[in-house]
Amino acid sequence: MPLLKSPPHLSNAARTLTARHAISPAAARHRRCNSTVEPPPAGGHLPSIATSQILRTKRETALRTPGLSWADEDASAPSRTIVGGRETRKMNTYQAIRDAMGIALSKDENAVVFGEDVAFGGVFRCTMGLSEEFGRERVFNTPLTEQGIAGFGIGLAAMGHTAIAEIQFADYIFPAFDQIVNEAAKIRYRSGGSFNVGGLTIRTPTMSVGHGGLYHSQSPEGFFMAATGLKVVIPRSPIQAKGLLLSSIRDPNPVIFMEPKILYRSAVEQVPVDDFELPLGKAEVLVPGSDLTLLTWGTPVYHCETALHMLNSPPPSLEAVVPKSARSAKIELIDLRSILPWDVENIVDSVNRTGRLVIVHEAGLTAGVGAEIAAEIQKRCFLKLNAPVRRVAGWDIPVALHYEKFHIPDAVRILDGVMETLSY
Amino acid sequence: MASLARIRIARRLPASLSTRARQIHTTSDTTQLHDKPADLSQPITVKLHEDSFRAYLCDKPELELEVTKDELLTMYKEMQTMRRMEMAADALYKAKLIRGFCHLAIGQEAVSVGLEHGITPNDRVITAYRCHPFAVMRGGTIKGVIGELLGRQCGMSRGKGGSMHIFTPTFFGGNGIVGAQVPIGAGVSFAQKYMGEKTCTFALYGDGASNQGQVFEAFNMAKLWNLPTIFVCENNKYGMGTSAARSSSNTEYFTRGDKIPGLQVNGMDIIAAKQAVQYARKWAVDEDKGPLLLEFVTYRYGGHSMSDPGTTYRTREEVQRMRSTQDPIRGLQNYLQEWGLASEQELKQLDKEAKAAVDSAVEEAKRSPEPGVEELWRDVYFGGTEPAVGRGREREEVHRY
Repeated sequence: MPLLKSPPHLSNAARTLTARHAISPAAARHRRCNSTVEPPPAGGHLPSIATSQILRTKRETALRTPGLSWADEDASAPSRTIVGGRETRKMNTYQAIRDAMGIALSKDENAVVFGEDVAFGGVFRCTMGLSEEFGRERVFNTPLTEQGIAGFGIGLAAMGHTAIAEIQFADYIFPAFDQIVNEAAKIRYRSGGSFNVGGLTIRTPTMSVGHGGLYHSQSPEGFFMAATGLKVVIPRSPIQAKGLLLSSIRDPNPVIFMEPKILYRSAVEQVPVDDFELPLGKAEVLVPGSDLTLLTWGTPVYHCETALHMLNSPPPSLEAVVPKSARSAKIELIDLRSILPWDVENIVDSVNRTGRLVIVHEAGLTAGVGAEIAAEIQKRCFLKLNAPVRRVAGWDIPVALHYEKFHIPDAVRILDGVMETLSY
Repeated sequence: MASLARIRIARRLPASLSTRARQIHTTSDTTQLHDKPADLSQPITVKLHEDSFRAYLCDKPELELEVTKDELLTMYKEMQTMRRMEMAADALYKAKLIRGFCHLAIGQEAVSVGLEHGITPNDRVITAYRCHPFAVMRGGTIKGVIGELLGRQCGMSRGKGGSMHIFTPTFFGGNGIVGAQVPIGAGVSFAQKYMGEKTCTFALYGDGASNQGQVFEAFNMAKLWNLPTIFVCENNKYGMGTSAARSSSNTEYFTRGDKIPGLQVNGMDIIAAKQAVQYARKWAVDEDKGPLLLEFVTYRYGGHSMSDPGTTYRTREEVQRMRSTQDPIRGLQNYLQEWGLASEQELKQLDKEAKAAVDSAVEEAKRSPEPGVEELWRDVYFGGTEPAVGRGREREEVHRY
């Protein structure tokens, strides 16, 4: 049963808007003078990352982050479940990641952090001051040698050490692909359990930054989704980054931890200063809903939030294309968080309730993570689905510098996908 | 192509004449007895041939050294056992009991056995796919290796690894990806240095793998951080079906570490091999001089793998000549007999024991059952952290962790 009827020109209208969104500010100003339709002000009245409701900017909400478990030294201490007395500090994502690594290094003397330029803080400042605090023997620069870094980390982890490696950009991870897929992911299995590299965590900045282009804005998580034996994690915020990174470092399996680079500075939360973990392999429902499941991870979480805002109270420029009946739709927004293994059960539960699924990711459409999820969901929820699973993803092109904003699924494209799925 | 080859040879000739004025000896029986005590339980002094080593940026090891009768006999028996084991694998493969890939080290026994005699139990070893003898020497069993090749439960990786994936606590495995083990070896030795262990890691690779980029990445890191990594190039003269000269612009593999000193070693004389390994260990551990590159010049009698007869890129005469004149086992046999340490009869007895040990291990391995279905999903993730389910062999089969 279709939830609502949408005007037939909907998709085209939305597409036009997408294009308008992407034009340069100068062109937009020019257009504004001559156009009768008022375009939305740049970043205007819609929520952006800075104003996102998803971010926990108050101590009380930060301490009540779902799934958070304190990992303090004394596991039996009564304070474990009590949030009172826990401190938080305002941090952006890179500071939260730095905080997590600081905790890992101070609690585990076999932990080392290495990568290109990490000793002086790394290009994104995630390792600022760590080498001064913990010494150059534990936080050190490597040569520009990704395959070597991965292999070196695997050897170190095979000795039972905690190896926290950084690949400077996820785009540079491909030379290390063999080491990660053939060695790290398989060593437990191919040695019949006698060896493992559970202590290995490879951190790497991922996703678009707006102007990264071909080699600095890719999202390669899908390439690793097939490498059973690995875990792949992508956090969306400072609290998530800290908790998931500490879990990843302590997880007894090799983990690739991909950090959305645009969020390093733009996402700010009150982050608990104590040692805590968040569960791997578990998705998180950010906004509960009953009409459609909107599934994403990393940066697009915020584009999705914007799209939901557009749907519920469209700005004047969009009022014509968002029918009144659609505006009350209750959309369930889910952050997948772990790409491998992904939380099949929770996504299936959600889609069985809503009957509709839209998946958003920045990587290209073909054989992206969305393809695997769509295939599994249509198999498990076939009779409950009211619409085909829709994927809103990057185009099947390289992330070209000039077209990056066209390439990345923005709020308007997500809105378009949501409305099309609602009105199927 | 033919003319190109001529040009290449013509260009290389003068250079090789000058640099190869003294070539490494790969004879297996040129070590001389120097001093033999009346009591044979006492050490015997022997002198290696002066062309057993060539050095790059370092001094050569001493040519004179002490060995004992017992050790030589142990070496003999171990080499013979390793060869018997590889021959058994060959036969099992040809009988179609072993499937998949299988790379045999027949002819290269002096390297694996010599290595074990030069290191301590806590040193670590990691190598490529030609790994069976190393696995046994590092604490594995013949039954475990053969069982692994057969894909049986008693295999050292529970039948899930196969020929290239055999491990012991101090042996970080055969590795199927050419060259991938080398940076891993550097990481392993970093952990040794970090923990202040008085041990080192021997990272082995072949002449073929020496052209992999990551080998040089590992060289650089090891030298940069002064790691106790001994890079060991087993130069058996052919990288799969391409001779060293056709694949490498510089076939002097011991000089390819740039600032890492190197030592080329006669890999067919086990006494020279052991002496070089001890020298390398002392270099990296006792003297803390960082990495060293060892090149063992050796030879494999068989093809690269079971599907390669090994005669399309080299002549049968060449293989025959190596077998008959430079065989490491026959070389040691000659020493033992010429120096009056063992009679032909005694050595024959050791041969018999080696054969019996391998035969019974093969029979035991054959009796071991194939791994159970539950092994299919085991050891993918650490127990308890797996995803809820794993897909099975057919549509309806779903494994719940």
